Amino acid sequence: MLEYKKEISLVLLRDTLRIRMIESRLAELYAEYEMRCPTHFSLGQEAVAVGVCHHLKKQELITSAHRSHAHYLAKGGSLKKMVAELYGKKTGCATGKGGSMHLIDLDAGFLGAVPIVGSTIPIGVGASFSAYLQGENKLSVIFFGDAATETGAFYESLNFAAIHKLPVVMICENNLYSVMSPLSVRRPEGIKLSNIPQGFGVQSFHADGSDLEEIYQTAGQAIEYARSGKGPVFVEYINYRWLEHCGPLSDTHLGFRTEEDVINGKKKDPVRNYKDKLLKAGILTDSEFSKWEKEIAEEIQEAISFAKESPFPEKEQLLEHLFAA
Amino acid sequence: MSRELKFVEALQEAQDLCLERDPSVYVMGLGVSDGAAMFGSTKGLVEKYGPKRILDMPVSENAMTGVALGSALTGMRPIMVHLRLEFAMLAMDQIVNQAAKWHYMFGGQASVPMVIRMVVGRGWGQGAQHSQSLHSWFAHVPGLKVVLPATAYDAKGLLISAIEDNNPVIFIEHRWLYNMTDKVPKGMYRVPLGKSNVLLKGNDVTIAASSYATIEALNAAKELEKEGISIEIIDIRTINPLDEEPLLESVKKTGRLIVADIGWKHAGFAGEIVSRVVEKVYQYLKEPPIRITLPDVPTPTTRALSNFYYPLPSDIVSAVKKLLGKAAESKPDIKPEDFLDVPYLEFRGPF
Ligand SMILES: Cc1ncc(C[n+]2csc(CCOP(=O)(O)OP(=O)(O)O)c2C)c(N)n1
Repeated sequence: MLEYKKEISLVLLRDTLRIRMIESRLAELYAEYEMRCPTHFSLGQEAVAVGVCHHLKKQELITSAHRSHAHYLAKGGSLKKMVAELYGKKTGCATGKGGSMHLIDLDAGFLGAVPIVGSTIPIGVGASFSAYLQGENKLSVIFFGDAATETGAFYESLNFAAIHKLPVVMICENNLYSVMSPLSVRRPEGIKLSNIPQGFGVQSFHADGSDLEEIYQTAGQAIEYARSGKGPVFVEYINYRWLEHCGPLSDTHLGFRTEEDVINGKKKDPVRNYKDKLLKAGILTDSEFSKWEKEIAEEIQEAISFAKESPFPEKEQLLEHLFAA
Repeated sequence: MSRELKFVEALQEAQDLCLERDPSVYVMGLGVSDGAAMFGSTKGLVEKYGPKRILDMPVSENAMTGVALGSALTGMRPIMVHLRLEFAMLAMDQIVNQAAKWHYMFGGQASVPMVIRMVVGRGWGQGAQHSQSLHSWFAHVPGLKVVLPATAYDAKGLLISAIEDNNPVIFIEHRWLYNMTDKVPKGMYRVPLGKSNVLLKGNDVTIAASSYATIEALNAAKELEKEGISIEIIDIRTINPLDEEPLLESVKKTGRLIVADIGWKHAGFAGEIVSRVVEKVYQYLKEPPIRITLPDVPTPTTRALSNFYYPLPSDIVSAVKKLLGKAAESKPDIKPEDFLDVPYLEFRGPF
């Protein structure tokens, strides 16, 4: 229990709840067929983003991959601009040119997210390397899934970051699946992802990605380690994807996991479990929680109205932004 | 015996037949054995041939392409499948530096009987990294055969030929073709690689096209027929090696050329076709050829922009009229909110 800082526990829970509510609402609205872009929801996986980003300063950069909503939001990315981006509007965070798989919010220190698995790992290392070249120490945090540790880019990046002791924190969210492929077809049996970096002399951690406190504390240690100039760090968080890989529906009819598996996976609900814990400890009250829900629902509604009412980009923008001036 | 089959079913059947006949054939790719089975194109194969021959793999495209290549050099016939063409780009060393070169570079002692299937995405905001048609890139590399079927009949016949070929074959499938049907015979048959096809006979204008652009050309030709304009469509089913004879013969007859391509214009396949025609039958041309391609920018995600990014059959119709000196009709009034991001309105994916 984060006894020493009750207010932090409350903020962690509220921020996680916020992402949960945003993702739930967007998943509902996706069925209207107005958000017309492939969308990988973060439902069930909200807590890692919150626990990690809570340690970061605004100017410290993060990168992410295809499943990036939670990271973007936890880092302080604009909700309105994210929703508008999903609706393909001119006011979106990428002017509509990106969609859910290509979020960006430079004001919030969100360098960018792209859906080619593994590709933002070296890019995130590069974001820290630029500071190194300029004689500074600047943290860069890279979020990716378990499948990204199968790419060559991951190993090559880990090696390079280790050579130069770059302050890079690699956050690997292991949700057990790559689309529908279980770890068993992608890894030798018994391999723990968090053991891999040790071969490169890289410090690593392993933690429960559904337990907000554990996430927060491990991330704190990892980030401290990197900031202090000792080199890159790798953290493996185990969590669970609630919805289908891409889209707002269930995927149990596809045979790779059962309804029961998902029910079991949802038992490790980071929001509900932490809420119960804080209620029991007398840190949180039901009325406080309801108040949050109400506030967040209003914020979401505002963002959705903003997105829906925003204009589409004009035809002329098609040819804009090919080269930088 | 013919029956109607979808393009995707034709692909599945081609692989099934080859797997059955030849134990050295195997299929590998992310999700080839999962419940979605590569949009259905590998459906039922793992049940029939087991997970060793229908192999799911780590997200390690570069190394796995090398593994496929190594196995091809030593007796196997791999079919590698990518749900999006972009994922194959992680393996450009293995494809371009290695697979394309081993036969030539070692004086003909090695050969690489390997097929790499790649799906070109379109619609529902596939965006910059899930929609690229890079066939021109691959076609630029000597040593790679590059195949782009447009019909279910060709999909099956060409894929069988590709699997039986002793060279690396890049087999590019446009996502919007998957649900289109055609008469497809049962059992083994081959459509030879490196042969263009006169898909429609006509006299006024030649349209050279491949993949989904061929379908758009057919749609345009149907429109034009109503006005008494007769189109000849040359379906360039294999863009490397390129069979130019039917194309040149056609242009000699019509004197007018349009190339419709699913890729970008600059330094692309459409330019290659125009060059061949200009080099070889220049004197028959009555008008400068027209290329109908994507504009040279990445694919935007929002449909408000992608609506103006992809050419439409009406663009082909206008180009034909221009070549014939007829009044161009007014452009269709496309709005940003129109749903041009689906092959047909009820289509709900998967994309
Ligand atoms: C290089 C590459 N190969 C394949 C894909 C297709 N793909 C998209 S997401 C994904 C699985 C990613 O799994 P993971 O990294 O564990 O993240 P998760 O989806 O579980 O959050 C795959 C294989 C891709 N986007 N990029």
